[in-house]
Amino acid sequence: MQVMAQVAMVMNLDKCIGCHTCSVTCKQAWTNRTGVEYVWFNNVETRPGQGYPRRYEDQERWRGGWELGRRGRLRLKAGGRVRKLLTIFSNPLMPNISDYYEPWTYDYENLMTAGPQQTTPVARPRSLLSGKDIRISWSSNWDDSLGGGPELTRQDPVLERVSEEVRLEFEKAFMFYLPRICEHCLNPSCAASCPSGAIYKRTEDGIVLVDQDRCRGWRMCVTGCPYKKVYFNHRTGKAEKCMFCYPRVEVGMPTVCAETCVGRLRYIGVVLYDPERVLGAASTPDPKDLYRAQREVFLDPYDPEVQGAAERAGIPPDWIEAAQASPVWSLIQRFEVALPLHPEYRTLPMVWYVPPLSPVVDVLRDTGHDAEDAGNLFGAIDALRIPIGYLAELFTAGDPGPVRGALQRLAAMRSYMRAVNLGDPPDPSIPAAVGMDERDVQDMYRLLALAKYDERYVIPAAHAEAGERLDELACTLDYEGGPGMGGWGPFGEGSGGVTPVAVETFHALKDRQRTGAFVDPADGRRRVNLLNWDGRGEAGELLPQDGDAEG
Amino acid sequence: MKTFLWVIVPYVSIVIFVGGHVWRYRYDKFGWTTRSSQLYESRLLRLGSPLFHYGILFALVGHVIGILVPQRATEAAGIGDPIYHVLAISLGGVSGFMTLSGLAILVYRRRTVGPVFSATTVNDKVMYVLLAGAIVLGLLATVFGNALAGGYDYRESVSPWFRSIFYLHPRADLMAHAPLVFQAHAISAWVLYAAWPFTRLVHLFSAPIGYLYRPYIIYRSRPQGLGARPIPRGWERADIRPRRQG
Ligand code: SF4
Ligand code: SF4
Repeated sequence: MQVMAQVAMVMNLDKCIGCHTCSVTCKQAWTNRTGVEYVWFNNVETRPGQGYPRRYEDQERWRGGWELGRRGRLRLKAGGRVRKLLTIFSNPLMPNISDYYEPWTYDYENLMTAGPQQTTPVARPRSLLSGKDIRISWSSNWDDSLGGGPELTRQDPVLERVSEEVRLEFEKAFMFYLPRICEHCLNPSCAASCPSGAIYKRTEDGIVLVDQDRCRGWRMCVTGCPYKKVYFNHRTGKAEKCMFCYPRVEVGMPTVCAETCVGRLRYIGVVLYDPERVLGAASTPDPKDLYRAQREVFLDPYDPEVQGAAERAGIPPDWIEAAQASPVWSLIQRFEVALPLHPEYRTLPMVWYVPPLSPVVDVLRDTGHDAEDAGNLFGAIDALRIPIGYLAELFTAGDPGPVRGALQRLAAMRSYMRAVNLGDPPDPSIPAAVGMDERDVQDMYRLLALAKYDERYVIPAAHAEAGERLDELACTLDYEGGPGMGGWGPFGEGSGGVTPVAVETFHALKDRQRTGAFVDPADGRRRVNLLNWDGRGEAGELLPQDGDAEG
Repeated sequence: MKTFLWVIVPYVSIVIFVGGHVWRYRYDKFGWTTRSSQLYESRLLRLGSPLFHYGILFALVGHVIGILVPQRATEAAGIGDPIYHVLAISLGGVSGFMTLSGLAILVYRRRTVGPVFSATTVNDKVMYVLLAGAIVLGLLATVFGNALAGGYDYRESVSPWFRSIFYLHPRADLMAHAPLVFQAHAISAWVLYAAWPFTRLVHLFSAPIGYLYRPYIIYRSRPQGLGARPIPRGWERADIRPRRQG
């Protein structure tokens, strides 16, 4: 047995309100540069809907991910190595900018400079690619909240796979939001497609990265990723992708999308897995078994044998502890409510989803039923084939079983906890009906409904014993001999090096997230940066402390 | 003049070519890319780009056979003069034509597709001129110099001269009497080589042959430092893992 650690994410879809805060903050942090105007490392799409880029899930068209060859061997769906090299001059399977959208801005200048005229001056849309006027006809979210009507929605590739009857009914049935980032797959087809070998998976935390110095712009990764989460920077000519905010994760902070999520629906934690089982799991013959196969790749962090192997593999003890406290592990393996997105692509994705129960609840409520009664909910989950069929196409390659199971457990939690909250005697038969005990349900409720900050994010810091080097936001040009040098010379301004922003504010930010109080007169003294201290969290050294005897 | 054109220019060009690539690789790995514009437009590219690239690779092979391989070697392999010439002219013509038409499509695309045009730098334009010049002159040499003018045997002048440069014993006189079109083609090529390392043409040297042999998934360790800076000396990480005996 080999052991590797993976930092993974689970999103609880019931709580997503489709506000796009995650997308916007991610964009502000990482892709607000020229060349990646059209790029959203995090996007939120409405389901049913076409997604971004348009119809990316249609793998008969885009041929992303892996497939099984005739003799059951795993191969890239877009063709093997030789074929890749032969088509390198023009990749026939790469989405065009119009499949994403042509980025634009507005000619605001005109508002200021237009002379006196009969009509109000307008700011015309201008293409950011050619600088010419454009007619905006598509974007990353054109069909947001089913906008654009059924004609657009009907082109959802997932919807096309569910049965005719379902397709006609879906409009009445349901809608939900699906936030997506790179899946940081265990078997990343983007990396396998890269002719230069520039995409790699980090051994320490499983984050999949593009080495910008080795990427040569062959664009095969864009094709290879079935989730279309590698993007081509058309200015630098290099591939870019979500990097799981690794500069933050390395110091124990959650990703920007998770930190800012309004619904507080994202969970980040460590999962231990056996890399030797990855290929076998990805080659599972029946796509419907892929969900189960992927779960068998994960290793139980409580198993002493696994712990021993992890230690031998050089995984630090605090990582093993974090794997035990991992909310991701709990949601996937203990409560079995989280499911992988499109396991049939065989990349073994590592961003999983708790399927939304709300479509079912809504139907019940709209039809005048008690939407918190366990019996009603269980009945509805069985009767409402539409959402189940659709969700199964998204999360389990079409197998309704695991989706139904997850929804039943969520429903059980819902009705069990109602009794608890109303002060009624809770009914232990409800959890028992879904194979859980009362402790499980209460723990799951705590994790999903209360969702405290440090239970949602259990992120062990990366190990660099040189602690002062946690420089999350230090200038990236400031390497030896880089253009940023000089600015920090021993005699220049800022002499003596930058105080990394992360170190200065990390604890303050963390406290602020966790405290309910205004000022928490807790341990230790810390510098307070008055510029960004908003009165919450610790005041540290700002206030003199009585009887402070220590130096 | 003779020495300048046929001795000094080639050596200067070779030095710039090699040194330029080393310099570029060391200081501008990030800029080392194809700078593909496929994202903007793929219909024309799909036609033009393979046509051009396969054409020019074909032409490269032709040059290797015609210039680097001595006449004696091909004759020993049983390819006599007449056959050789027919082959050279037809294959050279075809590949030259492929390259040129591919290039024409690509240039047309650059000019007419808005986003592609605005992504074209001055560097690109200069490169296009040099590249197109070398290709056109090469094709002219094949068609007029060789085919129509009754066959000029460059393998007795141009080729030995080219090889002599690498033997460090340049024989400029061989080239001095070659037809003008051959001379022009040679000079344009040297200029192109000198510009090569500073243009997007560097992507030739990243032809990903290694892809055929490497494992599909690559694992790499996080670099030692955290964040973007390398670890300064004296701050290397301590290895805190318990060491095992035996
Ligand atoms: S989801 Fe991410 S890791 Fe997986 S194939 Fe796509 S880019 Fe690679
Ligand atoms: S910020 Fe959270 S709630 Fe808002 S769209 Fe993103 S995932 Fe959904």
